[in-house]
Amino acid sequence: MASVLATTTNTAPAQGARRRSRTAYFLLLPGMGWLALFFAVPFITLFVTSLQVPVPGTSGQYMAAFDLANYPEALSYYSEQFIRSLVYAGIATILALIIAYPLAYFIAFRGGQWKGLLLVLVIAPTFASFLLRTYAWRTILADEGPITSFLNALSVLPQDRILNTGLAVIAGLTYNFLPFMILPLFAALDRIDPRLIEASGDLYSHPATTFRKVVWPLSLPGVVAGTLLTFIPAFGDYINAQLLGSTGDRMIGNAIQINFIQFRDYPIAAALSIMVMALILVIVFFYIRRAGTEELV
Amino acid sequence: MGFIRRHLLSLVAIIVLIYLFIPVAVVGVLSFNKPASDYNTQWNQFSLDAWTNICGVPAVCDSFMVSIRIALISTLVATTLGTMIAIALVRYRFRGRQSTNLLIFLPISTPDVVMGASLLALFLNLRFPLGQTTVIIAHIMFTISFVVVAVKARLQGMDPSLEEAARDLYASPAATVRYVTFPLVAPGIAGAALLGFALSFDDFIISFFNAGTTVTFPIYIWGAAQRGIPVQVNALATLVFLIALGIVLIAQFVAWRRRKALNAEMFEQLAARQEKRAPITMDTLSRS
Repeated sequence: MASVLATTTNTAPAQGARRRSRTAYFLLLPGMGWLALFFAVPFITLFVTSLQVPVPGTSGQYMAAFDLANYPEALSYYSEQFIRSLVYAGIATILALIIAYPLAYFIAFRGGQWKGLLLVLVIAPTFASFLLRTYAWRTILADEGPITSFLNALSVLPQDRILNTGLAVIAGLTYNFLPFMILPLFAALDRIDPRLIEASGDLYSHPATTFRKVVWPLSLPGVVAGTLLTFIPAFGDYINAQLLGSTGDRMIGNAIQINFIQFRDYPIAAALSIMVMALILVIVFFYIRRAGTEELV
Repeated sequence: MGFIRRHLLSLVAIIVLIYLFIPVAVVGVLSFNKPASDYNTQWNQFSLDAWTNICGVPAVCDSFMVSIRIALISTLVATTLGTMIAIALVRYRFRGRQSTNLLIFLPISTPDVVMGASLLALFLNLRFPLGQTTVIIAHIMFTISFVVVAVKARLQGMDPSLEEAARDLYASPAATVRYVTFPLVAPGIAGAALLGFALSFDDFIISFFNAGTTVTFPIYIWGAAQRGIPVQVNALATLVFLIALGIVLIAQFVAWRRRKALNAEMFEQLAARQEKRAPITMDTLSRS
């Protein structure tokens, strides 16, 4: 996320490289070992689990096998949730981009000495419990509440309500992951030399043209990073769907959660997780090919 | 109309900021509510009950303390490990840099539900008992990456010539780290630790998968949501929000004051140099 907060200035001197690289490995080992053991290895066990078959005559007991059939089975059960997650997360990401851009632009170009304070205000809401803030949308979007009443007066709501519909889930997703959009956008916009914008104005280009031809292209790294960091957690989220939606609005995260914890159908849950991860790896590698790994962290 | 057009951007920015705080405000306001039913979602009547009797529901405070303990331990470990990685990434050149970067980025970009599920798969296959230990292991895992990112940004913003100067003055590598690098990076490390604490304290999804019978604050809230969340939960969450906000605001203020003092000092030095050269005029006299 904050990759975007710093330009790469790697100035490790070449001499004594071997001695120094031993120090580097010493520094890396404990942390990277932890990540290897508890982030990378679990994916191997997850994959192994996704191929297991039930022990005959028991429930919740599985044994090692190579049963690829779990994948098409999981997909046929939950294709609807998969597509819904793509759609909800996609819409939420676009909405977040539209909402975040003006604020990020304002902080970068008009923030002045208040930049630091404004950034604090952007992340401050995340200090209040994620679950409670999501739950608070139940109050804000309540059926008799001002927002729903107003929109009903205009009769624009297809189901005459927001709460317990897909709209509430999308609203929750948009809200919850907004800081992940604002911060990378700000970092990219903050790096733009304001003189470029002045120059464009001096050359009589319309503000809209300046935006389209100068600001927007230069902010693209932030747009890509923000989109990535908003879409991925939104795609995997199940809290918003559970707290704000109806049973017809469940997402792929709900399917993984319920299979793992309630049904104890570990192979199906693992197969679903692997498929989600595969999709995300495709997105991440597409991003790396554009930006390289140094920009990641 | 002209006013609106000229200030459209500021107006939109303010509206977005307000939007970010609306749910926080709802959580805070409802902490002063005396709900009509078990479900504290609608305003009924003003009451200070939750605040004066903040541990009125023992389970709420118990889970709160569990979360504080887990967050403290995982932040301590993750900050140490993450800072070491950040130093290696910024100050050293080594083989396997790309895969290191990737392995640090992936936990940030993996959905919580997948991380929680895969870790649970590991613990189940190892028949490792679930509980506070597994939650702490998980929290350290997903916090490390954020610490690396935060500390790395700070290190990169630092002028490497300061460390070179220390070396030129025959400071040992340990002394350089102790007296030059560490004090300069300390604010970055403190920020990373605060972020780590916040992430660990607020994590629900990964904890829920790996907690077994351990009940953290978010897990308590999740369970309570079905039968109604006690008002004390709102009071505690508001308290946490205010404390965290207070800490970052004070940090901002200190940084701002230091910057201002530094600027003033530079200005004085410049002025002193100027005065030595420039003849005294009515202008300088009236200024002093």
